[in-house]
Amino acid sequence: MNRRARRLLLAPALLLLSAADQPILVPDVSQREVEIQYSFTGADLLLFGAIVYPDGRQPKKPADILVVLKGPDQSITMREKQKVAGIWINADTARFRSAPSFYAMASSRPIEQVVDQRTAAIYEMGVEKLQLSPSSLNESAELDRFQAGLIDLRERAGLYVERAGTVEITEGVLYRARLPLSARVIVGDYTAETFLVQDGRVVAAAVRDITIRKSGFEQFMAVAAEEWPFLYGLAAIALAVGMGWAAGAIARRF
Amino acid sequence: MDLYLPVANLSVNALVIIALGGVVGLLSGMFGVGGGFLTTPLLIFYGIPPTVAAASAASQVTGASVSGVFTHMARGTVDVRMGAVLTAGGVVGAVIGVFLFRLFQALGQIDTMIGILYVLMLGGIGMLMAKESIQALVALKTGKRLAARKRRHHPLVAALPMRWRFYRSGLYISPLAPLLLGMATGILTMLLGVGGGFILVPAMLYLLGMTTQSVVGTSLFQILFVTMATTMMHALTTKAVDLVLAMLLLIGSVTGAQIGTRISMTVRPEYLRILLAAIVLLVAARMALGLGFRPDEIYTVEVR
Repeated sequence: MNRRARRLLLAPALLLLSAADQPILVPDVSQREVEIQYSFTGADLLLFGAIVYPDGRQPKKPADILVVLKGPDQSITMREKQKVAGIWINADTARFRSAPSFYAMASSRPIEQVVDQRTAAIYEMGVEKLQLSPSSLNESAELDRFQAGLIDLRERAGLYVERAGTVEITEGVLYRARLPLSARVIVGDYTAETFLVQDGRVVAAAVRDITIRKSGFEQFMAVAAEEWPFLYGLAAIALAVGMGWAAGAIARRF
Repeated sequence: MDLYLPVANLSVNALVIIALGGVVGLLSGMFGVGGGFLTTPLLIFYGIPPTVAAASAASQVTGASVSGVFTHMARGTVDVRMGAVLTAGGVVGAVIGVFLFRLFQALGQIDTMIGILYVLMLGGIGMLMAKESIQALVALKTGKRLAARKRRHHPLVAALPMRWRFYRSGLYISPLAPLLLGMATGILTMLLGVGGGFILVPAMLYLLGMTTQSVVGTSLFQILFVTMATTMMHALTTKAVDLVLAMLLLIGSVTGAQIGTRISMTVRPEYLRILLAAIVLLVAARMALGLGFRPDEIYTVEVR
């Protein structure tokens, strides 16, 4: 066993010693890597783990668990359609610098019973509390409207998910939650955060990284379209001409 | 059967897309049009992003027109010189189309633009076709033959400088006229993913005054090369060509096209044309309603 590995093994033990009065979380996810393949129609991620209390003493009042799965941030432009001269066209716009491409949250009880508004805002708990960093000069009422529009759009696409009351806690120490990944997720580095909440206060938090990537053929196609556009275009043309010609040739035989 | 589209970033039911390609191919075989005017709106309706839909539909038109071009070449009903001029114009038009696409995309109005163009183009051409095919049907029923139209090009065409001989088309006109015509269709191909056969065929007949025999072959020739150029331009600029989507569409459409060609040989052309006119007007009306009705999605998100 090398030195690095030994240190890694020691780390949790050290943590236990240094914060003896605070509980700690030992989280894990069912998949550290999600691969998008030809038959990808979304996936279910299982986030689970253990709550380790100092000396194994559980508090009298049961604690709450919140898990948040977040995708890479995106800089987005949102447009709002309005009826102008009889037709619906894009009229107002707003820009946001950091809208998560994916956000899913599960909690052991409805969020408003677990934390207060302020704490929820600090930790971005719940889609309403996402901090999108607007970068355009809109009035705040307008921004709220756009944010509500974004949430509605992405909730229906399965990109923003809230599952209150779905975290199961067994014997006060083991927790598990299932979060759905939509087929429309983008590739990138995702984080799964777990919060242990006691009396409205976050007493412990832990993060696990998840990578979502395209694999094999899908990866190759996406890279080819981006990196070698000329060859990719040629391939598309060759495919079309070849198939059109082949169908004609086959049809002539009958 | 679900299949993930690597460029569009979503999964679709492969059989639905193949069937969609098949229906479009069937129509294109029956009527001798590319069918792009149906593919793009149907794909958008299915939930494919508009840019990916337009970019991938162009390659489907390529596939649908290949075997037609071979057939017409063998029969000698392609005016290659005219086709080359039209194609040159088409490629220039496609380049202009790229700039327009980017401009309207930056303004956030590309979807509206596509909608309006569809309504104007399909509505206008559909009306023209309906009027003419009804006249032809009436003539057929009453047994009276329509007076053959005098084949003449439009006076504006005659006013253009420099004249070339186009033997197969039976024309002695300025190449600028087909060049401009090619440009106009090239712009439409880039913006809408349509082949442009709709605009080309009537314009070649009534504006340029080409002989009927070489019109269809020559327009297919132009469509083949311009859709190829457009696919390439989409691959280079918007990077929105989805090969898996194109493949699925092609499987359906090349098969459908062959069946459609068989059907077209057994049905009177007058009936075919009125049917096509009805379909075109229907699509135009649907698009027009789409512009006027409150859309399902008020908000759109564009990732930068």
